[in-house]
Amino acid sequence: MIEREPPVTEEELHAYVDGELPADRGAAVAQWLDAHPEDAARVAAWRAQADAIRARYGAIASEPVPPRFELKALARAGRKWSRLAAAAVLAALLLGGGAGWFGRGFFDGAGPTRAVSLEAFEAHRLYIGEVRHPIEVKAGESHLNPWLSRRIGYALPTPNLDPFGLKLLGGRLLPGNAGRAAALYMYETATGERFTIYCRRDQAPQSALRYRASGPIGSFFWVEDEVAFVVSGPADRARLQKVAEAVYEQIETRQQTGSLLRMLSDARGGR
Amino acid sequence: MSGFRQGIQATIPALRRYARALTRDAEAADDLVQDTLVRALRSEHLFHGGDIRSWLYTILTNLNRNRLRSLARRPALTPIEDDDAADSSGPEAGGRDIERALASLVDDQRVALLLVVMEGLSYREVAEVQGVPIGTVMSRLARARAQIKAYLDGERPALRRVK
Repeated sequence: MIEREPPVTEEELHAYVDGELPADRGAAVAQWLDAHPEDAARVAAWRAQADAIRARYGAIASEPVPPRFELKALARAGRKWSRLAAAAVLAALLLGGGAGWFGRGFFDGAGPTRAVSLEAFEAHRLYIGEVRHPIEVKAGESHLNPWLSRRIGYALPTPNLDPFGLKLLGGRLLPGNAGRAAALYMYETATGERFTIYCRRDQAPQSALRYRASGPIGSFFWVEDEVAFVVSGPADRARLQKVAEAVYEQIETRQQTGSLLRMLSDARGGR
Repeated sequence: MSGFRQGIQATIPALRRYARALTRDAEAADDLVQDTLVRALRSEHLFHGGDIRSWLYTILTNLNRNRLRSLARRPALTPIEDDDAADSSGPEAGGRDIERALASLVDDQRVALLLVVMEGLSYREVAEVQGVPIGTVMSRLARARAQIKAYLDGERPALRRVK
């Protein structure tokens, strides 16, 4: 028997499976498969693959959408975070090894990112437990901010976290790295929950906002322009993220001018 | 909420599914989705109609490519064992096999296959997402399917179908 129809190609077999076949070829392909069991077996295998993929991952689309994807909040923070993310990708590309943007986390990672987050975590844990002397210099004392800024070599603003019911208790100086100091601000809620902001100059690679929790304590961590920030508090990720974003936004506005000043002082050959 | 935001909102579940299958890492997947959403929201003014879903898949696919590049530059720390451990309690006995088979693919092939069979995009839409001609999408698809079949046949000769 002479086949009038052109033979079925492999491309057509895929198109058949994917519903992309032109309507006028459907019958020809079906006939072809009847006559060619090997091709029929391949088509069946492809369909089984698709079923397996859908079975494995399909349920994820039925999960409730986690609160971190709330568009309103993302849009508010968006411009800055995505710029950071882009910078982090670039930094990861340039720097190669070390703790990059998608590191597995800062407690199990390695290198400078791990060091800074771990030290912030230790400081947070140590001083939130202090009843009488959680801080060295009280909020409201005019030298608090200039003192810490001078010692860490970075003009650190004191973020206003009133909207979260967080009142600044004060700050303290801690050993940083490479002979430098680190600053710790402590905030407290009316019910006595404590949050800290840890800040120091650091060579850790640029990093977007990252969250890790260890027991009851959670931290958001990021590095920008060689300044590392760690915002720690009770391990309630959604809440802590809002606090961290507020801190970021308030620091960001300051940093625009801050980095310019630093560039100028670096250009003058400062230490 | 604007139509634009509604469109994004409605696509989040599918983006999470796609990202998970792409990365096979729940945490990295949700980070990718978040970065995708942030970028999309920021670029609202660049979106001139068309299929918002395809656009979001495009952003996510590109961000994942960046991610893979940065991972490739780093020491081999990616804890594959972690993923396995996390999934060992999963209900799907065959899920691990297909997961490993997907992991054995070249990224471009994996993207093409997932977008077609899981996300239900047309060849034309996938061509737009990947920025290549339709013929390239089809050959990626063909190679992906051949590779997965070879992987599954080699790995588990007895396992003919996965329920």
